[in-house]
Parts: sequence; structure tokens; C-alpha cells
Amino acid sequence: MAKRIDVKDLDIFYGDFKAVEGVTMSVEPRSVTAFIGPSGCGKSTVLRTLNRMHEVIPGGRVEGKVLLDDQDLYAPTVDPVAVRRTVGMVFQRPNPFPTMSIKDNVAAGLKLNGVRNAKILDEVVERSLRGANLWNEVKDRLNKPGAGLSGGQQQRLCIARAIAVEPQVLLMDEPCSALDPISTLAIEELVHALKDRFTVVIVTHNMQQAARVSDRTAFFNLKATGQPGHLVEIDDTQTIFSNPTVSATEDYISGRFG
Amino acid sequence: MTTDIAAPEAPEAPRPTVSLDGRSGGRKAKNTLATVLVWAAFLLALVPLVWIMWTVLGRGFHVLLSATWWQKDQSGALPPGFDTNVRGMRHALVGTLLMSLLTTVIAVPIAILTAIYLVEYGRGRVARVVSFMVDILSGIPSIVAALFIFAAWVTTFGLKIIPACASLALAMLMIPVVTRSTEEMLKLVPNELREASYALGVPKWKTIVRIVLPTSFSGIVTGVLLGFSRVAGETAPLLLLAAYTPYLNENLFSGSMAALPTLINNQFLSINDPISGQRVWGAACTLILLVLVINLLGRLVGRLAKVKR
Repeated sequence: MAKRIDVKDLDIFYGDFKAVEGVTMSVEPRSVTAFIGPSGCGKSTVLRTLNRMHEVIPGGRVEGKVLLDDQDLYAPTVDPVAVRRTVGMVFQRPNPFPTMSIKDNVAAGLKLNGVRNAKILDEVVERSLRGANLWNEVKDRLNKPGAGLSGGQQQRLCIARAIAVEPQVLLMDEPCSALDPISTLAIEELVHALKDRFTVVIVTHNMQQAARVSDRTAFFNLKATGQPGHLVEIDDTQTIFSNPTVSATEDYISGRFG
Repeated sequence: MTTDIAAPEAPEAPRPTVSLDGRSGGRKAKNTLATVLVWAAFLLALVPLVWIMWTVLGRGFHVLLSATWWQKDQSGALPPGFDTNVRGMRHALVGTLLMSLLTTVIAVPIAILTAIYLVEYGRGRVARVVSFMVDILSGIPSIVAALFIFAAWVTTFGLKIIPACASLALAMLMIPVVTRSTEEMLKLVPNELREASYALGVPKWKTIVRIVLPTSFSGIVTGVLLGFSRVAGETAPLLLLAAYTPYLNENLFSGSMAALPTLINNQFLSINDPISGQRVWGAACTLILLVLVINLLGRLVGRLAKVKR
């Protein structure tokens, strides 16, 4: 199921503005990789290039390579829609579809891609909701609207929706930043469980969170405002937090920066 | 850390005592003045509305109570002064409904597709030009739209005027209204929903059809019905393209067809005759009722499709 990602010399642009420069890194399969760094350093931007969501923004384009098990995602023959079926994404703010029930939200990815069989859909809905630790809370109200859940439940609903299409990789863009500590804990436990089946990449502003959930951590920084962001280093989370190679990483992690 | 911050050296200046009880007199007076002005403006805006309803209902409502009014047309009507029967407006109601429906069928797909283009696809110069064209179209006087259709239909193609021509002219008036309202509704759909759909590997067109349009459905319906109401009361294109007839005609593609506004116009010529007067006010009353019913229908549809909570 899970695949590895290799990024090679990736430059990311918004129109003429170079937002991120020269990223080269690899993400191991069946592991959690955290992206940390100050605001505006491009960690979310890098994340969005991993499933070609970056180009949804007008003017967004990239140069360089992103390999998913040796397949270049930016090769001219590759269909971005197919990429996004393989690499799923969870967003910063919970965004369930407001016109759909809980069940339809989870099944949306399959239904919109042509799966009609009610039995298959029911199975996938239950499996995904169990996978997102939400089944017990919602099993009696699957036909109620998804927007009626609490914020933390909505975010787990979005995770269930993302894993329902069985992606190889799951990208999470600050999935806990709009949630309270208890919901955050629930999501973190879920991330831990998800890495058995998926390659997970998570962007976070919370360094304790990165230390808690991730196996490897990538630190991004930018030299100055208006300059492109860049990858400073990527290593085992243990090493990054105890003995980083670059002093800028240590400064950021220990709070001495700027 | 404690030693770094030096204590302020200057002694603290004495603070003015602050009274917490009651709002100051000046602010209270301004508040009262603003409240009075807002209410006065509201009542002033209400005056014409109530007046119109009062006049139209007062003079026309009793006409609506007769069954003949709904069942018969004006066939057999004698010249003003000789007729003693009000007779019916079925021909005009049917005409208004048919022509407005055809208008809606022509205008709504074009308008919604234009709005989708402008919000979801349009970038750069082409989109700006299209948007500008919609603005121009919404500024075209209805009689000019009718003249344009007349010129194209009769002068250029040499065809005979049929009631559907009026629908074409009315569609030119409806398209910008529905385009603008649909555009606003599509813009209200949060981008996060589109991104959530893309991230599931759903193509853009399917995202629009299955996520964006359903989310904004009730707003779009409201816009369409506002456009319908506007068109149902429009008069100038009908005067040019759908000549008034006292007989019921259910065929949009031949003959001439009456409508409520042209019935009013026709009978207004002899409004001092009490029978004609009843026809005028009755038709006006029917028109208002029609728009009211359409709006209520729209709200119902909108509520049924409302975002579930």
C-alpha cells in the first residue's frame, strides 16, 4: 500500500515569485514525517506539491521532480486527478461537504468517482470511520449532516473521507491547529495508528506535536521575508530534537531565533 | 530574567477617576437620534409599498373572486361603454406563464453556464470582457432588446413575428440578472470545499456539478425566480413582439398571444369605463399574486434543498 516519496531539486513558484527553493528530501513509506518551521517558510506549499494541489492556485507551478516510488508526479503524461487519488489530503480547517450526510461525506470520494454499489459503499464507510476512530460516536446517526459534528469530530470525518479512497500517502496540513487539546490528542493517536497502512506527512506549528507523532522531521526556514524558503535539514525526529546538525534548527527548536 | 527589566523610575502620574455609572448624555442623545432616523427611513420606504398594495388590492381584489375571471378570455367583448361583463383573463395569464417559462428555459442555462465560467474558469482578458458584456446587457433598455430581436427576426431572417420572439427579447433581460445572482452565490461557496473535492481525486467539472452547485442551489433558485418575476411584469418587448389579442392562444410559435401587462395596456385606453377599470385592476392584482406565488414556491424549493444542519 504505502509508497515512498523522493523530492529532487524542487523549486516552487507563485507566478514569478519563487516561494520555495531547492528542496531535496525523501519520505519513507509507513512512517510519519513532520514538517516544521516558521510561518511563511513554505512547508504547506511543499506539502501541496506532493499531490499537485499547489497548481490549483492561479499561477502556481513547480520545477524539479517529485517521485512516488520512481514515478515522476510532474511528468507530462501524469494526470493530476489520478495523483490526488493516490495521495490524499487533510486540511487545516475541517471542511466536510455541507450538503451531505456523515455517510455521504465518507463515501464522497468513491461516489464521485463512479462507485454505486451500496454494499461496497457501506463497508467502506464503516471501515473508514473505524479507521478514523469515529465509528462509535456516529454509527447511530450516519444519515445526519456532517456539519453538525463538533470540530474535532469533523476533522476525523475528513480523515475518514480521505482514507476511504485508499490512498498510498496521506498529507495533513496542520490538522490540529483549529482543535482543542482533547481533539488534538485523538487526532495524534489516529496519526500513530495510520502509519501502519499509509505514508503520512504532517505539517505542524507545534513542536511537541512533531516530537510526539513523527518518526522523521524536516525543518524549513527562510533567510528573510521576501526570500524563498528552503529545507534546512531532515533527519530522525530524535536526532532533530536532541542533536541537530545545523545550528539554525537547534535555535528554532529551543526558541532562540530571530 | 528578572534582573533585565528595570523598574520605571518616574513616579506614576495620578490617574483621572473614571465614572462607570450611566452613559454620557451626549452619546445617549446621538444614539436616540440615530435610532429615530433609521426607523423613519424604514417607515418612509414602507409607504409606497403599502400604498401600492392598498390601491391594487382595494380596486382589483374583488375581480379575482369571480370564477369567470380565471376561466374565460375576452372573446365576445363589446366596445368600451357597451360591454356589461368583465369576462376573464385566462388568455393573458396563460400567455404570461408560457412566454415567461420559455424565457426561463432559454435564459437560465446560458446564465448559469456563464456564471460558472466567470467564477470557476474565467481568468484574464476573456473573463473581463465577458463580465463587462454582462454589465452592458443588464443596462439595455427592454424596448431596445425588443427592437434588436425584431431587426434580427424580421429584417435579417425575414421571418414572421411569433410569441416566442417576445421570449427571446425577455431572455436578453433575464440573462444578466440570473448570471449576476448565480455568480454571487458561487463565490460564496468556500474554496476549501473545492480543494477537499480535488484532494479526493475528483475532476474539476465533477466538483462543480456535485459539490459547488448543490451547495449554492437554494441561492441560485432564488436568483432564477427573481429573474422570472422581473420578466413576468415586463411590458415593452410584448408591445412590440406579442400583440395583444382577446383570445386564448396556447401555441408559442404561431399567432399572437396576450399577456397580463398587455391586457392592462389594452384596457387602460378606456380606463374611465368601469368595466375596463375592473379588468385593469384585476389584471394588476393577478400579476402581483403570480409574482408572490412564484416567490413562495422558490422559498419552498430553496428550503427543501437547504444545507442540512
